[in-house]
This record gives sequence, C-alpha cells and structure tokens, in this order.
Amino acid sequence: MTWFSSPTDAADRLGATGYLTDAATATTTYLAGALEKPLLIEGPAGVGKTELAKAVARANGAELVRLQCYEGLDEARALYEWNYKKQLLRIQASQGTDASWDETHDDIFTDEFLLTRPLLTAIRREEPTVLLIDEVDKTDVEVEGLLLEVLSDFQVTIPEMGTVAAVRRPFVVLTSNATRELSEAVKRRCLYLHLDYPDSEREREIVVSQVPGLEEAVATQLVAMVARLRELELKKAPSIAESVDWARTLIALEISDLDDAAVNATLGVVLKHVSDQERAVKELRLDRAGR
Amino acid sequence: MSIPDDASPHPPGARSGLLDRHISFLEALRAAGLPVSLAEDLDAVAVLTALPWDDRAVVREGYAAAVVKRHAQRATFDALFDLYFPRLVGDGSTRLDGGEGPDGPDGSDSPDSSTQDADERPVVPGSRDNAEALRDFRERLEAAMAAGDEEQLARLAAEAVGRFGAMPGRGPGLSSWSAYTALQRVAPGEIVERLVQGLLAEGRGEEEAQRAAGQRVGDFTRRVEADARRRIGEEKGADHVARTALRPTIDRLDFLQMRRSDLEQMRREIYPLARRLATRLTQEHHAQRRGPLDFRRTVRASVSTGGVPLTTHHKPKRPHRSELVVLCDVSGSVANFAQFTLLLVFALREQFTKVRAFTFIDHIHEVTHHFKPGADVVDVMADLAASASHAALWGRTNYGRAIDKFAEQHADAIGPRTSLLVLGDARSNYSDLALDTLADLAGQCRHAWWLNPEHRRHWDTGDSAASRYAEVVPMVECRNLTQLSELVHDLL
Repeated sequence: MTWFSSPTDAADRLGATGYLTDAATATTTYLAGALEKPLLIEGPAGVGKTELAKAVARANGAELVRLQCYEGLDEARALYEWNYKKQLLRIQASQGTDASWDETHDDIFTDEFLLTRPLLTAIRREEPTVLLIDEVDKTDVEVEGLLLEVLSDFQVTIPEMGTVAAVRRPFVVLTSNATRELSEAVKRRCLYLHLDYPDSEREREIVVSQVPGLEEAVATQLVAMVARLRELELKKAPSIAESVDWARTLIALEISDLDDAAVNATLGVVLKHVSDQERAVKELRLDRAGR
Repeated sequence: MSIPDDASPHPPGARSGLLDRHISFLEALRAAGLPVSLAEDLDAVAVLTALPWDDRAVVREGYAAAVVKRHAQRATFDALFDLYFPRLVGDGSTRLDGGEGPDGPDGSDSPDSSTQDADERPVVPGSRDNAEALRDFRERLEAAMAAGDEEQLARLAAEAVGRFGAMPGRGPGLSSWSAYTALQRVAPGEIVERLVQGLLAEGRGEEEAQRAAGQRVGDFTRRVEADARRRIGEEKGADHVARTALRPTIDRLDFLQMRRSDLEQMRREIYPLARRLATRLTQEHHAQRRGPLDFRRTVRASVSTGGVPLTTHHKPKRPHRSELVVLCDVSGSVANFAQFTLLLVFALREQFTKVRAFTFIDHIHEVTHHFKPGADVVDVMADLAASASHAALWGRTNYGRAIDKFAEQHADAIGPRTSLLVLGDARSNYSDLALDTLADLAGQCRHAWWLNPEHRRHWDTGDSAASRYAEVVPMVECRNLTQLSELVHDLL
C-alpha cells in the first residue's frame, strides 16, 4: 500500500486529522512511506514528534503499535518472551501422561506460549500498522542492536521458531530527544527529520485548531509572547504543548486580553523553572509586584 | 559514474550532469565532516526519484532527510546545498530577459522564485552601483527587515552582492565577488538603530529589541555571504569554494576563534550538552552496576515459578563520586574557553559530591558561590566576567604566583578523593612556574588534568610553558566542544 501519494498529499491528509505540517515534515513523512524506510525524528520536547506518528496512523486508518523505551528495556520487553510459567505447567501436566520428551519439547515452543511484544506484534500484523518507537535515546546501546534487524529487514529471528518476516511493512517512526547520540548504524537505516518550534503563523494555526473557542486576537498575542520567550536564554523554552496549555488556561480563566498582568498571573503554565520565570519577568519588564 | 549504475531507475535527464553533481556534492559533505555512507548516497538517489522536482524546498528537505543525521550539521548542509544547487544563476534576471530556457545546471531552480523575481524587481539588469541606487537599496532592505520578509531578504542579498560586491577582473574568469565589499557599502549595521526604534514602537523591551535587530542583521549578513559563495562557486567551481570558504560546525569550532554570534550559540548548547553527558554517564554507571547476587530476593522470587530461579536479583553497587577542583585561567586570551568549561562542569554538578572553582590571572579567587543551583546562565556569565578583576592584582598572567597562592590559601580543597582540573594555555609571561608546588598538589589528589585550548603545534612557542607543565600534570588539547565533552566524560 502507499501511505501518501506526494508531499502535498501528506500535508493535506495530516492536516485533515488535525496535525499541521511544514514543508520539511510533509516531505519527509511522504518519503518514509514511499521508500518504506524508518523515520527518525529528533527535536526538543513537546514539538509534536509522537503526535506525528499518531497522525500518520489516523490519516491512514492504521493501527498504532507503540514501544515506549526506557532505561533497562530488554529483548523480552521489546521483541518477545516465552511464557515460562505456562511452559512449566505444560511440562508438569505432561508428566502423568506417556508423552515423550520430544513431543513435549515441540509442544512448548509454539505460538501458544509466545508472548509477543510491540516489535514482533508490529511485524506480524497483516493490517496497516504504524510502529512508534518512542524516546529511543532512553534505551541502552544494546537495544539499538536489537532494533537493527527489525529496521533494515523488517524481520525478527526467534531461535526456536525461525525467522518471522513482515507480511506487510509497518510505517516505523523513532523519536528521540537527542539526550544520547544514537549509533551510526541506526541512523544510517533511517530517514532523519529534525522537528523544531514552528514559525509563528503555523503555531497560531495549531493553537487555534487545538483550542476551540480561542479568539484570534488572543491567539496572536499568545503566539507572539511565546516566540519572545523562546528568544530568551531559558533552561526550558516553552513548547507547542505548553502554548496549547496556555491557551486552555486563558479560556478557563476567561481572559480575553493577554496584557502584562495576565501574562504575569499565568506564567507558571509555560515556564517551569524559577530562574526562567525570573528571567522572563526581568527581560519582558513585567511587574511582579502586582502579583 | 560507476557507483549508482545498478541502483538507478533514473529519470532520463538525470544521467547528464546531475549524477556528477550529486556525487561531488556528497564528497563536499564528507569533506565538511558529515559521515555520508554509501547507503545514504543510494537513499538520496532514491529520494530524488521519488520526489517531484517543481519545488526546490521539497528537494532540499528530501535530500537532507537522507544524508543529514545530526541537527548541528544542518547549517553546513544548507550552505553546501546552496552552493551545489544554487537558487538562481548569476543575477537571476538575465534569464528572464533572454526568454525561458532550461536554467541552472541541475534544473532545480523553482519557477515560482523566478516569477516573483520578475514582479518584485523592476530593476534594469544593467543598473550599477551609485549613490542613488545605494539609498534606494537601503530603504528596501530596511522595510524588508522590519517586516521580516524572508523571500524579499533573499532577493536583496543576491542584489547586494550583484551590485555592490562585484570585483571586476582583468580577464574572463578573473572577476570575483566579495561579501565583504558588499557589506561595507550597504553597511547593514547602520540600519540596526532604526530597526530597534521600530521594534520599540511595537512594544518590545529595549534589550530584546536590540537583540532581535542584531539577529536580523546577522541573518542578512549570512545570506550575503552565502550568495557571494554561490557566485564564486559558479565561476570557480563549487568544489573550490567548499574547500576554502566554509566554517566548521559549532561543536568543532575552536574556542579561541569564536565570533560573538558563535558565543551566543555556544551558550545555548551548554545545557543540552551537559544533559546529554549526564544521561550517558548515568547509563554507563548503570551498566556496570550489577553487584553480587542477592540470594534472599532471588529465592523469594523463585517461589512463583515452583522453585526454579528464573530471574536473579542482584545487590546494587554503591555509587562512588569524586570531588572536583577547577583552577581556571581567566586572562583575556582564554576567557571564553574558561567560561565554557566552568559552565559545563557546573552543569554536571550532580555527578560530583562537591565542586569548587577558582579563577586566576596572577592571584587566586574562588568563584564557587556564583554557581547556585538553578542559577541563570546569563547572570552567571556576567558574575564570572566581573570576578575576573578580582583574579588580577598586577594584570599579567602569572601561573607560578597563582599556583603558590592557591597552595597557600586553599590547600584544604585538595584531598585524596579530589580530581584537579587546570584550565589554561600555560602562557606565563616568562615568570617562575612553581612546578614543585603544582607537583605537590597533583600528588595529593586522585587525578590531575590540564586542559589546554591551544592547538598542540602552538605549545612551547613563545612564552608557553606547556611541556614543562605537562611533565608534572598530564596535559590534553581541548579546542572545541566535542573534545571538551569527551574529556569531561573521561574525567568522571
């Protein structure tokens, strides 16, 4: 199946599901589908990396299989595992009967005792699948080795059962906050996209589409303010997710004009370090005393 | 021509010059430090065949997705892409007069940019540099900068080089283009003041307006430089320019050769870098952390599997952490280096039990208290700069005296669990080096390192006492962010 027919098609259909793209994102997403290559997305937290995978799934009516990576993730959690307890039960149950060991042995390494984890699940599915490998930089280096076979050949080797090859190649998205440099081997197999904060026009569209009931004027003010905050040297610059949160806060508080007092009162929604807030107050000359 | 022969369902036209250009483009990327493998080469070709070619931005993004795998390298990629697949050829206007014809060596020049050229630039191609043209140009530039109109700025940059940066040569092929001359004539710096006024009127803060205006002028400068590169590349060949006129990426840029704009960019890099380092360290420590078998937990866990110990449990190892003492030369020549290293070390504070930092020129001064947890980078940098004055009594770098003073006043900082880090270029104005004192100090602590921001070939030239200090304390070259992060990693 083809995922998208052209970059423009990708932009349109992702847009229809509520994910607004720019040229780079649309082009790369289209290419990942057309070339059937995994897509590695890097960028700061909260710019919509995971969201893109979900949007691709929505746009194509595909199932999303998600592997959330974390420190200490291993083969058993990512690929497959044998259900030891059930196997033990099976062996114990067979002791009373006169089944030979060989029969039992063949019996306990079958599908029935296999616990499939996200990677294997995604490969075995026959329907369209989006495989999301989230925060891949959080894993140990060994897991990358495990990913290589899946990413380049779309197959998994289970020693007792043989090789399981993908019936239908999933659309693979890897996301990373770049806290660790991924190995060259993984990068070589992927297309690469760096997602950054959007320009103000696109951000305004995103905020308006995500938060119904937000007035255009306030949205413009809000996006301009967020852009100014990002220009400051902050520890954690506000992300799109935080702009959206901010917009929701304004709606909840029924603030219809984002003046200094309003910014001051709600700054905690966007800036989450004390030093960042102090810097913003100082640079933007907000009057903290009025608080 | 031999490589992608078997890999190409090329469109018919691609065999002509595009493949050669593609390959020399990749070679230029490799020469600039991007590890582009053959696999990525083939991907790029596949990408080009899968994409429509009517939009230059799409082609560029597709190319980038296949060959750039690290965001820091994107700037280099963009510069080279502009060089090998230029946005327009020459002035971009001659073609319009001379009718439609296949343009550009690669044909990737987008039709929309040329049509916009047509209606936005009613300039007669022959018009040259004169005072009136300059005034007119500045007005348009100011308007475009105030509006932040990217398209228009790109056109103006090309126009600036074409009109004001031409250096006619004596014969064909000898003429050239100079971004420097163009910028001298246009002097975008003078526009800053008026830009700032405009931004202030929009309700921005003073400091912020200054920064925003500076940034826009900086962007324009970069565009002009890129356009000059493009034109020179057109005449002398892109390979020539790629070899000679590209700056390295920020993580490979020497500390001692930084411009102001680089410094700002570096400052933004410091926290992410520290975070990356810290994550890597924690992970590595975790990997080694499996201690001896915890028999009791293992047996208890085996109950649910009928006494078969399927999973083993281990006792955690106690983490061991060291103390760090940093001695930092803050004299003018190495100040940037010192500040970055101090910032990085302090961003990694949690990795050590205790960090103490001292700055010196000829007198020692403790600066640990500036690095409060959660302190603001900008403030810390300002404080550090201010405290440099405390570090100088006489004003000339004197390593010997500083080391003696340190041993005298702060000997308590050094202990058997301490790592000592000396930062400096070891240029001591031919004064006494206090080698014995330093050897004493180094002997008392667990490790001692000396980081020298100068290239190894400059050591021992002039008043540098690098190798004499290196005999006492192992000295390593540390010229850019990459080397610095490697060192800090090894240190822990």
